[in-house]
Amino acid sequence: MKTNVREAGGVQVVELKGKITIGSGDVQLRETINKLVDSGKKHILVDMKEVTTIDSSGIGELVGCYTSVTNKGGKLKLLYLPPKINDVLTVTQLITVFDVYESESEALASFRG
Amino acid sequence: MVQHLCSKLLDGREVPEELRHWILMALREALANAIKHGNQQDLSKHVHLEMDVVADTLAISIRDEGPGFDPEAVADPLAPENRLKSSGRGIFYMRTFMDGVRFQRHPAGGMEIVLKKNLGAIKEKEENPA
Repeated sequence: MKTNVREAGGVQVVELKGKITIGSGDVQLRETINKLVDSGKKHILVDMKEVTTIDSSGIGELVGCYTSVTNKGGKLKLLYLPPKINDVLTVTQLITVFDVYESESEALASFRG
Repeated sequence: MVQHLCSKLLDGREVPEELRHWILMALREALANAIKHGNQQDLSKHVHLEMDVVADTLAISIRDEGPGFDPEAVADPLAPENRLKSSGRGIFYMRTFMDGVRFQRHPAGGMEIVLKKNLGAIKEKEENPA
């Protein structure tokens, strides 16, 4: 998996590309988010547009990141969920846990609300 | 490698991309389960795999060499107290995306998971299209 972090309107936008599966991207996701949290960043938007595959390990890391950010008083939200990733989150009812956006500008505005 | 083999097995049929995606996801979950929880990442242990399509049904058997477990004792990931746990969804995904998931202790030792998917209306590709 490839990651790219950029800042937009005070929000850290984490762009993920590729697979988030056991041994391939799961730990990288956790390390990327933990690094942001440890440096005091509290508003994180994870762009999932180019994620091709996710498994239970990747979902577990995503949930772990959400909990970690929330416990530090921050917010982690998701942007552009591909249909299959949406399905995987829906069947485990995690879709109700995450705030999901289809527009980056709307997502960024939601952090200011 | 294993996913590639499964994909090759399905290549003989017109399996929609989406269905193929879910089958491969269930297979990955079962393999990860066998290596991580079954064999407890012991490199001296093996994972035994068989897969075939018989009478329109894809059957995949994955057997580890671990001590086994009670699948009914696995926590429900949809229960509110488990929803934010970082693990425990693999078996749920297998059950969701396959038509049949059976767990059994194998006579030769280890735990066997048999995944089944009905390929039903999916036609075999013609060997020699006109």
